[in-house]
Amino acid sequence: MVKETELRVRRIKNGTVIDHITAGRALNVLKILGLPDSSEGVVSVLINSHGKYGKKDVVKIENRELKVEEVDRIALIAPNATINIIRDFKVIQKKKVHIPSFVEGVVGCINPNCISNSNEPITSKFKVSTEDTDIKLRCSYCGRVISENIAEHLL
Amino acid sequence: MNFKDNHIISTRDLSREMIDHILDTAERMEPIARGEQRSDLLSGKILAILFFEPSTRTRMSFETAMLRLGGDVLNLGSIDASSIAKGETLADTVRVVDGYVDAIVLRHPKEGAALLASEFSGVPVLNAGDGAGHHPTQTLLDLYTIRRESQLDGLKIALAGDLKYGRTVHSLCYALSLYGAQITLISPKELRMPEEIVNDIAARGAVITESDSIEEAIADVDVLYMTRIQKERFPDPAEYRKVANKLKITMETLKNARPELKIMHPLPRVNEIDTEIDDTPHACYFKQAFYGVPVRMALLGLVLGAIE
Repeated sequence: MVKETELRVRRIKNGTVIDHITAGRALNVLKILGLPDSSEGVVSVLINSHGKYGKKDVVKIENRELKVEEVDRIALIAPNATINIIRDFKVIQKKKVHIPSFVEGVVGCINPNCISNSNEPITSKFKVSTEDTDIKLRCSYCGRVISENIAEHLL
Repeated sequence: MNFKDNHIISTRDLSREMIDHILDTAERMEPIARGEQRSDLLSGKILAILFFEPSTRTRMSFETAMLRLGGDVLNLGSIDASSIAKGETLADTVRVVDGYVDAIVLRHPKEGAALLASEFSGVPVLNAGDGAGHHPTQTLLDLYTIRRESQLDGLKIALAGDLKYGRTVHSLCYALSLYGAQITLISPKELRMPEEIVNDIAARGAVITESDSIEEAIADVDVLYMTRIQKERFPDPAEYRKVANKLKITMETLKNARPELKIMHPLPRVNEIDTEIDDTPHACYFKQAFYGVPVRMALLGLVLGAIE
């Protein structure tokens, strides 16, 4: 007998499954990756799915294998996420995301007086640091630090 | 040490060795800054002054430094009468101006503007203050003043006034942490130094204490660095008056001070230092303003490759 969840979101033949996304953050993950605009296949999203360690979100992207560095940016908002590369229905690679040391064009600076928030031909740039489990983004232009609600500042 | 073509954006980019080299060079520049010696070190070089907000002292200090070294100055002039008023970006302005000159001094109301300018400029950019961000040449002249008039090593310094918004004290603290200074922070609670900066400078080796009274702190310091409390930061004028009067230095405030205490201020002052202090050996703020010239001469000479 087929389980109800499998009926709701089917397995993919080829592509990427991003699992263990912090519950409620799946749509932010799509935003970071420029999905679904940048994918020709179907993009499926599970929100508040029941996992072994409580609720989680899952994103399945058909016919596109995301590069690890491309996906690492989602570590900013979902540090426990895992990336599964699927070929012919089989997981051929499984990796945890890594927090990048630098991000560009992903997050907007919270300082309204920062030059990156003006009409200049530049993209936002942040140095990323971690203290215990907290992620801190320091704007390369003005030095202002974002340490809370990073998802709210995604570009 | 080679500074040629380097941008001067933030004191946080400078090591102690680099700062010491700049201050040593400034000391050699002093007779020229005073007009006692002539120099054509920067003859044929042109400095662009791009000031997107007014700052007469800083502008004149840079202009004096360039002229004393035989160079020329090109001033952007009034923003209202320039292409910026037509909506040109800073990036485009910098790309145009760097074709005319050998170095650019930039003052801008937006934080991070100097870093942006350095990304688009083919000539060295010197940050003369960007928003509430950095003002490295002010910090360097402050350090130079302390070295000339007091002592940098083992320094005990009290910083008083608006420590929340005052970029000069932020940059100065970062630089002083390289010298293991003991820093006392004195401000009303609304204008305390941001915790982030306090943590940063403590992590870099400075010893930090906080106080709300100048009188209490003054007996134990070599330098008292005053800043202006800006009236516009206070929604209630009565609150401003209360705080402003509390942090005013008078002869009475100084009764427990060490004879060698030096009082500094980035200027302009409003009423935080009584004019009676001006004639005492403690007053250092006008000398401090002068020291901006040799420091800026040193920086210009170094980034333009005329001095190693």
